[in-house]
Amino acid sequence: MERSGWKAFLYLIPALLFLGAFMIYPLFDVFIYSFEEGYNSASQTYFGTGFYNYSYVLHDPYFMQALKNTFILVIITVPVSTGISLLIALGLSSIPKLKELYQTVFFLPYVTNTLAVGLVFMILFKKTAYSEGLINLLINLFGGRSVDFIDCPYWAKMFVLCFYTVWIVMPFKILILTSALASVDPVYYRAARVDGTSKTRIFTKITVPLISPMIFYLVITGFIGAFKAYSDAVALFGVNLNAAGMNTIVGYVYDMLYGDSGGYPSYASAAAILLFIIVLTITCINLLVSRKHVHYS
Amino acid sequence: MNTEYDLISKQARRRETVRRTVVYTLLSVWGIVVLFPFYWMVLSSIKSFASYNSEHIPRFIASDPTFENYRNAFVQVNLSRYLVNTLIYTLITTALMLVVITLSAYAFARLKFRGRDLLFTLFLALMMIPNELVIITNFVTITDMGLRNTFTGLILPSVTSVFYIYLLKENFAQVPEDLYYAAKVDGTPDLRYLWKVMIPICRPTMITIVILKVIECWNAYVWPRLITDNADYYLVSNGIQEIRENGFGRENIPAMMAAVVVISVPLVVLFLIFHKKIMEGVARGGTKG
Repeated sequence: MERSGWKAFLYLIPALLFLGAFMIYPLFDVFIYSFEEGYNSASQTYFGTGFYNYSYVLHDPYFMQALKNTFILVIITVPVSTGISLLIALGLSSIPKLKELYQTVFFLPYVTNTLAVGLVFMILFKKTAYSEGLINLLINLFGGRSVDFIDCPYWAKMFVLCFYTVWIVMPFKILILTSALASVDPVYYRAARVDGTSKTRIFTKITVPLISPMIFYLVITGFIGAFKAYSDAVALFGVNLNAAGMNTIVGYVYDMLYGDSGGYPSYASAAAILLFIIVLTITCINLLVSRKHVHYS
Repeated sequence: MNTEYDLISKQARRRETVRRTVVYTLLSVWGIVVLFPFYWMVLSSIKSFASYNSEHIPRFIASDPTFENYRNAFVQVNLSRYLVNTLIYTLITTALMLVVITLSAYAFARLKFRGRDLLFTLFLALMMIPNELVIITNFVTITDMGLRNTFTGLILPSVTSVFYIYLLKENFAQVPEDLYYAAKVDGTPDLRYLWKVMIPICRPTMITIVILKVIECWNAYVWPRLITDNADYYLVSNGIQEIRENGFGRENIPAMMAAVVVISVPLVVLFLIFHKKIMEGVARGGTKG
C-alpha cells in the first residue's frame, strides 16, 4: 500500500508544480502585494505596509464607475437571463419535434469568440456617418428616435452591454435547465393530472421545486460570472473602457496592471481582492437565501 | 352527449394548437436573435466596401457578392499569423494539459498513498480560486522571467486544470479495479496499464475535455492580452481587437467582418461536428456563464 507513495508523487509532480507556481503561490502573493504601499515594479521596492492601496482604490472615481457598472450589469443580466432561459427551456421540453435542432441552435453562442462576435453587435448598434445602424433603423420603423448606442448616452451603452452579456450566457443556462426539466420524474406529472391539477399549479408546485437546485446553481454561477464581466465590454467599446465610462471591476484590475494606465500591481491586487470579497459575500447571501427556498430531495 | 364531447375535444385541440404556436413562435424568435449576428457577419463580409457604405438602409441580401474582403483580411492585416499562433497555442496547451491531468487523475484514481483524499480535497478547493486573483502575480512572474511575447509565457499558466483532473479522475475511478489487479498480477507497469487500458476505456471523457479546452484556448483573451504586446504573438482575440483599433482603417467594416467570419468558422465547424459531445460535456460542469 505505502509502496506506491513515491510513484504517486512522480505522477503528481507536473500538476503540483504548475498549480504551486501559478495558483497557490500567486494566491498568497496577491495579498502581500495589496498591502505593500508604494510598490515600484521597476526597482521592486516599497515604503511600508498598510491599507493605503485599498483606500486609494476605493477613492478612485474610475473604480467607483467600474463598481457601479458591474453592479448594474449583474442586477439586470442575472434575473433576465435566468428568467428567459427558464421560459425557453420550458418551451423546449414541451415540443417533441425539432427539440434537438432548436437546442443546437441555441447553444451556438457558447462556442463563439466573444471578441469577434462583439464586433458584429457593435456594428449592429453603431451609428456611423453612412448609416444609422440596423437597430436604429428598427427603432425608427416603430417611430422612435435613433440613439448612438456605442458612443453616447450611458443607458444606451449599458443596454447594449446587458443585451450582449445575456446573449452570451443564455446557452449555458438553457442547456442546464433543459436537462434539469428532462430529469423530472414524469410520475409526478401523471399524479397531478389524475388529481386534475391546473397547469400553473403544476408549474409552481412541482416543476419549480424539483428543478430549484439547478435554478439556484445558475443564479450563483450567474452572479459570479457577471461580476467578472470584462471581455464583452472590451468587444463592444474597445480597450479603453475608462474613457468610454464602461469599465468593469475586472477591467479596472487589468488596466491597473497593464496598458496605458498600468504598472501598479499593488492597486490591481487590492481591487482584485475587493472583487473577491464582494463575490464571496454575495455567494454567501445566496446560500443563506437558498436554504429557505431550495428543495433538495 | 356525443356532440358535447366533440365540442370539448375540439376546444382542447384548438387550445393545444394555440399553445404550440405560441411556443414555436417564442423559440423561433430566440433562434433568430441567436442566428442573426452570424447571418449579418457573413452578409456584410461579402459586400464590397463601396456597396456597404452606399446602403443607408442595409440590404438583407448581397446583390453583388465579392470575396475581396477575405483577400484583404489575409493580405492587409496579419490574420494568417494570428490564426497560426492560435493554432500553435491551442495544440501545445491542450497536449501538455492532457499529459498533466491524465497522470494526476490516474494517481488519484488508482495509486494508493497516504494523504490521498486530503490532497484531492485540497485540489478541489483550488477550483474556488478566481482567475482574477492569481493572474496579477502570474503576470509579474512571467514578465520577470522575460517570457513576455513568447509561446512559453502564453502557455505555461494554462496547462493545468483542476476541474479536468476532477472530471477525469471520476471517470478513471469507474473502471473496475479488478482490471488493475489483473494487470498487476501479470506484472504490467502502471504507465502501460494507463496507456493500454484506462485511456482507451475513458476516451469519450478525454475527447470531451479536449474539445472544451480547445474552445477555451481559441477564445482566450485576457491572459494573451496581458502577456503579448508584439503583434507577431497575438492570438485571434487580440488580433481582432488590433484589427478593430488600427486594422483596415476604422471604417472598413466589410473587411473586419470577413476577419470575424474566418475566426469564427473553425469553432462553428467543430461545434457542428461535435455538438452532442460539447453540450454533454458542458452540462456535466462547464464553467462559462
